[in-house]
Amino acid sequence: MAYDVNTIFQIAGIGIIVAMIHTVLKQMGKEDWAHWVTLIGFVVVLYMVASIIDELFQKIKSVFLFQG
Amino acid sequence: MEIIQIVGFGLIAVFLIIIVREQNPALASAIALAAGGMIFLFVTVPLQSAVELIATLSGQAGINQMYIQTLLKIIGIAYLAEFGAHLARDAELESIAAKIELAGKMLIIMLAVPIFQVLIETVMSLLPGGV
Repeated sequence: MAYDVNTIFQIAGIGIIVAMIHTVLKQMGKEDWAHWVTLIGFVVVLYMVASIIDELFQKIKSVFLFQG
Repeated sequence: MEIIQIVGFGLIAVFLIIIVREQNPALASAIALAAGGMIFLFVTVPLQSAVELIATLSGQAGINQMYIQTLLKIIGIAYLAEFGAHLARDAELESIAAKIELAGKMLIIMLAVPIFQVLIETVMSLLPGGV
């Protein structure tokens, strides 16, 4: 497997840690910071997912559509 | 045994999604997307050699390359549309899923048009007094 299971664990770990930081910051009364942390975590995860999906699409292109 | 790997991977992804979904639904669907992409990548690598074999055999059998290419493109479009539609359905966006499937069907019909044309021209040339 080009990407192994580690990536899935990484994404899930980022999710759990971000949720934890979000809760802590909320308890401290810093709501706006909490929202920024969630947003940045989501962007990082989205970047990882986008690279996987890009590879998938390139693969499908090369297998089924005979381009590149 | 690749199937054990794939099933184990899928189950791990499902458990992680269930854990993360309570805190962060957007990240859960991101995990679903990544897991789906990885499983298909895993399957596609052996598939590539099979597809190349089909292309080679059809070339040796003298079948027009256009037909095989169209067929493979249709399979690819069907898979991609299915992938997107399932993802949208997982996120409980039934309307987007239906639109993606509709777009996939339309594109498949567009790809099949040249083959229909060839078929109809063949039938017309067989008819007596045809064009």
